[in-house]
Amino acid sequence: MRARRAALMLVAAGLAGVLAGPAAGRPVDEATVHDIAAQLRCVVCQSLSVADSPSETANQMRGIIRERLAAGDSPEQVKAYFVDKYGQWILLAPPRQGFTLLVWVLPFVGLGLGLVVVAVLVRRWSRRPRIRDAAPERVDEAVRARIAREIGDLDR
Amino acid sequence: MSGARRHLRWLIPVAVLPVLALLAYGFRTNPRDIPSPLIGRPAAAFALKTFDGSEVTLEALRGRVVVVNFWASWCYPACYEEAPALERGWQTYKDRGVALIGVNIQDKVEPARRFLDQFRHTFPNAPDPAGRVSVDYGVYGVPETFFIDRAGRVRAKHVGAVTDDILKRHIDALLAEPA
Repeated sequence: MRARRAALMLVAAGLAGVLAGPAAGRPVDEATVHDIAAQLRCVVCQSLSVADSPSETANQMRGIIRERLAAGDSPEQVKAYFVDKYGQWILLAPPRQGFTLLVWVLPFVGLGLGLVVVAVLVRRWSRRPRIRDAAPERVDEAVRARIAREIGDLDR
Repeated sequence: MSGARRHLRWLIPVAVLPVLALLAYGFRTNPRDIPSPLIGRPAAAFALKTFDGSEVTLEALRGRVVVVNFWASWCYPACYEEAPALERGWQTYKDRGVALIGVNIQDKVEPARRFLDQFRHTFPNAPDPAGRVSVDYGVYGVPETFFIDRAGRVRAKHVGAVTDDILKRHIDALLAEPA
């Protein structure tokens, strides 16, 4: 009796293993397919993703994405497959590492530098009126007498 | 203060330099010219069923120089221009250890058959209905032609119509290598 039950459990476990295992035919989430397709460049289009293109090529590429996910690949592995075949050109967003990291970082560096320049300029501009308040330069006594004389001449 | 600013005025033209450098680089590069990452790497295996119903696999051709040509019947004029050159190349090299395989992509069976009849192609031609082989070879468009050496490595890729000269140059180079 016990042996029979054990055998039954074994069969059940085996069945569960088959059903849940990463066998081909694993249900594929269409949202995942779309998400991956949206990150890949449609090779026959101008500036369209595989998700957005109605072309036959893009359709086939979506099929390949679906197929690879069904075979148990992770989304990262699927993307890596396309990069392996087409190079990084296939990715619509350049990877955030190595040389292409510059593309991600430089705009913020530029923004930061621009803010610094603006801050410096604003400080300078707002400081300028104070220069006028400064004490007037000492004027030579002889010059002062000459100015007084010439103003007197004007009145005449 | 304005003295200090005048002192830094030379920075304005200097700031233009990186922009000019970027433009000089950008305008010299052809955005359509995409180098294949596959050159030098083992060619992806494939097993296709030809229009005649026979099986063609890359595995079975190991030891031969293999030319794989991706084409479509709607690809006019390039595929039509290169078609006679392909058949001539096949006739020239088929007994010299060279295999030529046509892979018909993004096409329908009927027009593809008409194309093959029109040019009397005698080398194996097979459709790639799900596009798996074309993605495995990183094909962007048609026609594209890959040259695979005897060891099964992709050695060259030609984008656009091939000519007698192009076929001869690539095939002779690979045939000249020690087996």
